[in-house]
Amino acid sequence: MGTQSTGSAAGDYGLMRAAFGGTGTSFTEFLAEYNPEYLPGRRAAALGASAGPLPFDPPHGTTIVALTFPGGVVMAGDRRATAGNVIASREIQKVFPADEYSCVGIAGVAGLAVEMVRLFQVELEHYEKIEGTTLSLDGKANRLATMIRGNLGLAMQGLAVVPLFAGYDLESAEGRIFSYDPIGGQYEEHGFHTVGSGSVYARGALKKLYRADFDATGAVTAAIQALYDAADDDSATGGPDLARRIYPVIGVVTEDGYHRLPEAEVAELVQQIVDARYRRPDGPNAPLQ
Amino acid sequence: MSTPFYVSPEQLMKDRADFVRKNMARVGSVVVLNYEGGVLFVAENRSRVLHKVSEIYDRIGFAAAGRYNEFENLRQAGVRLADTRGYLYDRRDVSALGLANAYAQLLGNIFSESGGKPYEAELIIAQLGDRAEQDEIYRVTYDGSVTDAHGFVVVGGAADAVSGALEGTYQENPTLGAALRTAVAALAQSGNGETREINPSQLEVAVLDRDRKQPRKFRRILGAHLTALLEDEPGADTAALEENGEAEPAASAESADEELDPNTLIDEALDEHDEDDSTGDN
Repeated sequence: MGTQSTGSAAGDYGLMRAAFGGTGTSFTEFLAEYNPEYLPGRRAAALGASAGPLPFDPPHGTTIVALTFPGGVVMAGDRRATAGNVIASREIQKVFPADEYSCVGIAGVAGLAVEMVRLFQVELEHYEKIEGTTLSLDGKANRLATMIRGNLGLAMQGLAVVPLFAGYDLESAEGRIFSYDPIGGQYEEHGFHTVGSGSVYARGALKKLYRADFDATGAVTAAIQALYDAADDDSATGGPDLARRIYPVIGVVTEDGYHRLPEAEVAELVQQIVDARYRRPDGPNAPLQ
Repeated sequence: MSTPFYVSPEQLMKDRADFVRKNMARVGSVVVLNYEGGVLFVAENRSRVLHKVSEIYDRIGFAAAGRYNEFENLRQAGVRLADTRGYLYDRRDVSALGLANAYAQLLGNIFSESGGKPYEAELIIAQLGDRAEQDEIYRVTYDGSVTDAHGFVVVGGAADAVSGALEGTYQENPTLGAALRTAVAALAQSGNGETREINPSQLEVAVLDRDRKQPRKFRRILGAHLTALLEDEPGADTAALEENGEAEPAASAESADEELDPNTLIDEALDEHDEDDSTGDN
């Protein structure tokens, strides 16, 4: 690998020389060799070793919920990002397709998380093109854990990223959910899981609403209900904004691949739920026994 | 240090070019051509796993003739370059022209570098435009020259003979099936005037399909669909693109739509909502 190849993104030939010398199937590893500055986790050095509080409040993403149903998995995220007590964004997108059979939702420092998702998307596609075959769902989940570990330095300084990963496993023909901690620990979840500041409230709601025999619509409805409950009690989670027509982002992954629910469909479901909340603000009642 | 023998640059380049041409003459050819719905890649290839035709990026495909390990190196480098550019800038900023130029510089340098041997590989880089007239096809040869082509382009051992055949038979904007049959008939010209028989198992076929709903437009045409297209069975064109797409992991948008038909979804939601509601009121 020539020394002239490190650094500038401008020269295609320099990049080609580096690419030609590259080996392996990981895009992240290639990028680290080409120019480590391009990786999200490598900025820890820029912050220095000071363990003091950050001099600014970076925007944080908040609540993500995911739940499985027979034949797939649903992931939904609210649209709010907060910086301290300020609403940094009303319409941030926090649920993304990772590839055609999986999706990833992000909580934590939004700037780093979005960057990590972009890198993760390229990573999966890159592997597919270089190897001519896709990674297993466990392989993808492990890959994401590695990327979070790369962010450990920043996490220690308060810039943690906590994603939630879900996908359709083509081998076992079911939807699966993986959660992470800021250190890079990876845990498979069964049924449903939530992350982010409103996750405790959303998880409480899902405990009462979740049914193992949901269809896709049922799972989507439960996800919106859970986000509503999270927004109800957590100031950092945004509820559906009917005035501005801003609704949760909802991804569904089945054997047909990732599909983001069109806004019109989400709007209908949200409207039903909000109407019902006028009659019963705490949402549907679960049977006592 | 003194130079014991003087070899003129002309002689040096000629020797290297002769070496490559001699070896390239033996390899199978690859045709890339425009059809009405995009760009078609047809390669003579007996292997099902060692590809001569591959995806580089959303709208960019790669075809190669020559020594497998060498063009496979080049292909992987192209994927790295495209993914890096797309990551650092935007997916729309990855272009076949940039890629072809980078390949040309790389191959040109390898060709003239003293020490190593020149690469025995020729490449075709094709990019799908939004409309047919925006499609771009580039041919990069072992010495780093680039040419852009319209309609069709051929690389490989019998490139001249195959091109010659296509000159006479290629018509503008053929259907997928017609384009494929024209290409296969041309590939059957072996260069010494003889015509060989090529059966579907010896072919590797892929398209960049403008009508594909996913951002990644590259798709392979395999098995029964390929046979049907070659035999000009009615409806083979649409079947090859649709059903093949469904079988492939990537093309799922349409079927996903069926699965989650908005009306059913909302109807079901209403039903469930009514139930919820009644529980709430009681």
